Amino acid sequence: MTGAALRLTDVACLRGGRMLFAGVTLALEPGGGALLTGPNGVGKSSLLRVCAGLLPAFAGTVACSGGVAMTDERLALDGELPLRDALSFWAKLDRAGQEAVDAAMAAMALTGLAQVPVRMLSTGQRKRAMLARVIAIGAGVWLLDEPGNGLDMASLDLLGQAVAGHLAAGGIVVAASHQPLPIDAPVTVALSDYQAEAA
Amino acid sequence: MRILWLLAVRDLRQAWASAGLWLPIAFLLLVASLYPFAVGPDAALLGRTGGGMLWIAALLASLLPVDRLVAPDMQAGVLDQIALRGIGEELVVTARLVAHWLGFGPPLMIATLPAAALLKLDGATIMTLELGLLIGTPALAALGLLVATLTAGLRSSGALAGLLALPLAVPLLIFGAGTLGDGSGAAFKFLGAASLLLVAITPFAGGAAIRAGRE
Repeated sequence: MTGAALRLTDVACLRGGRMLFAGVTLALEPGGGALLTGPNGVGKSSLLRVCAGLLPAFAGTVACSGGVAMTDERLALDGELPLRDALSFWAKLDRAGQEAVDAAMAAMALTGLAQVPVRMLSTGQRKRAMLARVIAIGAGVWLLDEPGNGLDMASLDLLGQAVAGHLAAGGIVVAASHQPLPIDAPVTVALSDYQAEAA
Repeated sequence: MRILWLLAVRDLRQAWASAGLWLPIAFLLLVASLYPFAVGPDAALLGRTGGGMLWIAALLASLLPVDRLVAPDMQAGVLDQIALRGIGEELVVTARLVAHWLGFGPPLMIATLPAAALLKLDGATIMTLELGLLIGTPALAALGLLVATLTAGLRSSGALAGLLALPLAVPLLIFGAGTLGDGSGAAFKFLGAASLLLVAITPFAGGAAIRAGRE
């Protein structure tokens, strides 16, 4: 996990004719974590998608290296497959081994559910499966959108441990949340401070 | 190449799991068995018109799987996750085209055999029909996939897909059915040209459509 870096310079995002935010600058080195906060609709998810390169930045530059893993509200795992096989598809695509999948499932306490079809999982289990997908592929930069939603206290602890482990290994985490997360993030970006002036 | 293979295998497995592979076959056989009820059991008439009718059935059968080709993966975030890995949308659409044709073309060609028997087509006509389908089904698959990428994310995309695809499919129908009554082989060449064109533009047009739909 060497060479993970994320650098945003004066990033602005325009969606649906509305400037969501402007002038966001953020530089994260290996081991750096950032928390995006702000009320609903302030542009947290959009900023994560801009970081991931899925949305073009309206202004400013985004430089991201070391591989990206992302979670949003969508599971992106095949519903009919057993959980382990569904995770393995992404691991294969990323040349991560089966051991990485097993380790990720263990980290999210999903080992007992390995043979359960994804569509049978509960809300919290799906959220954990999503996080296991992020852990398994060994990407340097984790972009987590509301990772704590739907998780019970024990699972929140697992999330905190996984993030701490990733940061200690030289990874980068950017998490967006409107609620407190058990994540040790030295940088907090309150997106409501970057609201563009109403034109 | 490895990525293309992984994606295509997954797409084919998804098609199998959603039982979508049987739909075009059942449709073709159903149409072939209904047709004699509608026009009467006159063997000469059936033999003369049956080939063209099977081309229409194949064309309409290609529209059946359109709503499961792209939209479910777009909604589930699978396409975004693939894009995160720096894999181009063109590659995604190419893999999907390969998988879609494998799940659609050969089964349709096999289903054509009993369908042709139901319509009492002679051996030479069946050979021409199968050869035409071999050349034409990649184009039908490409057209279905292209329309699927364009309409993914829209409501009532199935109906819209039909409206979009059918005008574009007219050349395929003309040349495809034309091969049956044409001894010179010109219709085969036109069918091949139309097929090559559609297969060649679909990855690029489809990839652009997926990117545009991400906004």
